[in-house]
Amino acid sequence: MAFLTLEGVSKEFGTFTAVRDVNLTIEKGEFVSLLGPSGCGKTTTLQMIAGLVEPTYGRISLDGRDITREKPNRRGLGVVFQSYALFPHMTVAQNVAFGLEMRRVPTAERKERVREALALVQLSSFADRYPRQLSGGQRQRVAIARALVIAPPVLLLDEPLSNLDAKLREEMQFELRRIQRKVGTTTIMVTHDQAEALSISDRVVVMEEGRMTQVDAPYRLYEQPSNAFISSFVGKTNLLSGTWRRHGASGAVNINGTLLEASAPEMADGAQVTLSIRPEKILLREAGAGRLEGRIASRFFLGSQWLFTVETLLGTITVSAPNQGVEPPAEGTPVSLDWSPANLRVIAGTAAAA
Amino acid sequence: MTPRSPTSSAPWLLAGPGALFFIGLVLLPLALTVILSFHAYDHSSGIQNTFTLSHYVTVLTDGYYLEIFWRTLRIAALTTIICAAIGVPEAYILSRMRDPWRSVFLLVIIGPLLVSVVVRTFGWSMLLGSQGLVNQALQLLGFAPARILYTETAIVIALVHVMLPFMVIPVWTALQKLDPMVEAAAWTLGASHFTALRRVVMPQVTLGMLSGSLIVFGLSASAFAVPALLGGRRLKMAATLVYDEYLQELNWPLGATIAIIVLVANLCIMLAYNRMIEARARRTLG
Repeated sequence: MAFLTLEGVSKEFGTFTAVRDVNLTIEKGEFVSLLGPSGCGKTTTLQMIAGLVEPTYGRISLDGRDITREKPNRRGLGVVFQSYALFPHMTVAQNVAFGLEMRRVPTAERKERVREALALVQLSSFADRYPRQLSGGQRQRVAIARALVIAPPVLLLDEPLSNLDAKLREEMQFELRRIQRKVGTTTIMVTHDQAEALSISDRVVVMEEGRMTQVDAPYRLYEQPSNAFISSFVGKTNLLSGTWRRHGASGAVNINGTLLEASAPEMADGAQVTLSIRPEKILLREAGAGRLEGRIASRFFLGSQWLFTVETLLGTITVSAPNQGVEPPAEGTPVSLDWSPANLRVIAGTAAAA
Repeated sequence: MTPRSPTSSAPWLLAGPGALFFIGLVLLPLALTVILSFHAYDHSSGIQNTFTLSHYVTVLTDGYYLEIFWRTLRIAALTTIICAAIGVPEAYILSRMRDPWRSVFLLVIIGPLLVSVVVRTFGWSMLLGSQGLVNQALQLLGFAPARILYTETAIVIALVHVMLPFMVIPVWTALQKLDPMVEAAAWTLGASHFTALRRVVMPQVTLGMLSGSLIVFGLSASAFAVPALLGGRRLKMAATLVYDEYLQELNWPLGATIAIIVLVANLCIMLAYNRMIEARARRTLG
């Protein structure tokens, strides 16, 4: 039984369509991310669920109730804004208590629930501080506590981690997931950071130019992207354009005369396709030992792994290899690239610049 | 090492012209006025070279002067309150407008400042006069004609008109600094539009309102043209009283005394007000 559903939801601003025909069903307790580059309509979609933007077409329902035209203060959803939007003139405790005050929760219960919410985000000792006296990560946790204390049916997060520095962002990702697991609130998060979306979501919704293009579990999204844009937006990949040549059950992609064996059962012979292969799925072998010859053009040491760019007949290909504690081949060394044909992904159409 | 003398004299040289102006045009006349207020005055022989406190005693004990001071205070306070009541919502609406309209209405609000205060006040005296537009409209609607001109009401109406921009602009500036999402956050937490305004937006524009009210109160309490033209001969305010003492009675020391008392009273009220509200706002807004 779907908990939150969006049916044919669209939003037009004048002649510009920010969101078109979004259909999405979200189960109770799920953590769903809306992922896409800036301007893809993901924030507008979130604001329509929150009630801050009214959809031009379509219907949004929550637990069987139509909330499409309901005012935000009647929906009772928890929202964490990108800027956190804390009330600067109120202490942390007053910020968190605000939603309960609006619900006329009795003082004693209110105090208890504020205390619990602050304990959940590990800010109990900061109750009497003002937002300006807190760090970015602490403010973000206050915003989460303020949204969760009202026990909302759905928690909406608008780029909650984008204002934090890299290290803190990683910590807060797991913190966010821990809190969500503990409380069990259905959560929708908007983000442009694919790593963030992949690491903490149950499902990821990819949006491009106002449309939903793929909805999948993070692992499947990474392994089976439905188009070239997604394959390059979600993780790194090498994209090669070619023509599909069918040979019985399997086939090969013809790229400038080089045939690369792959499998794409539904593809018609002669179709224009894009071949996608992830850098970590390619192995570096000694020259002559692999499927594609090349020469290392540059290499970068990233600590846990090495990143190579290899010049080949088919163009420059990026390869990554885990750091095994031995120095890998130097720049200029001829190498051969090898892979398992099952790791080649054949996508219909030519590679879009992404 | 940088040479010492040019760097240490540069600030003095740069501040010099301004400081000289300030000393020559503000401090010196003020000091002379203070001295003048202690000079004795005789109706037949003019200003004496002896010093006395009698003017202060006269002004502070005579009901005639006290009534004028009280009226000045009342009119300035009323103007400030009305300006805040109109100006704060006006600034809020202005901050929510989109751009072509925002610029147009900002100009409409600042517009009155571009017209001379005397011209504007004459405009009001024509509108509010016994045969003015307002009374004609009242009669047309079947009401009895009202005496508005030469009353405190007329002064307050004209002062509010003049002072409104001084309230709108600081509040508008404070609103510009506000994160619009803060109000949205209050809605999502269950607050109605009104509650969000009262609990979240208003407290954050207090500093803007404070500076607006200080400007409006100070300017209203010392306003001259509006009470002189709309108050008539009998309805005096502090500034018109000083004018009369100087130019009608030719009792300069008494005029100086009233001016000094008005200045000190104004200063005390504004400082107390500032301290009261600013202390509270600073504590929470930082």
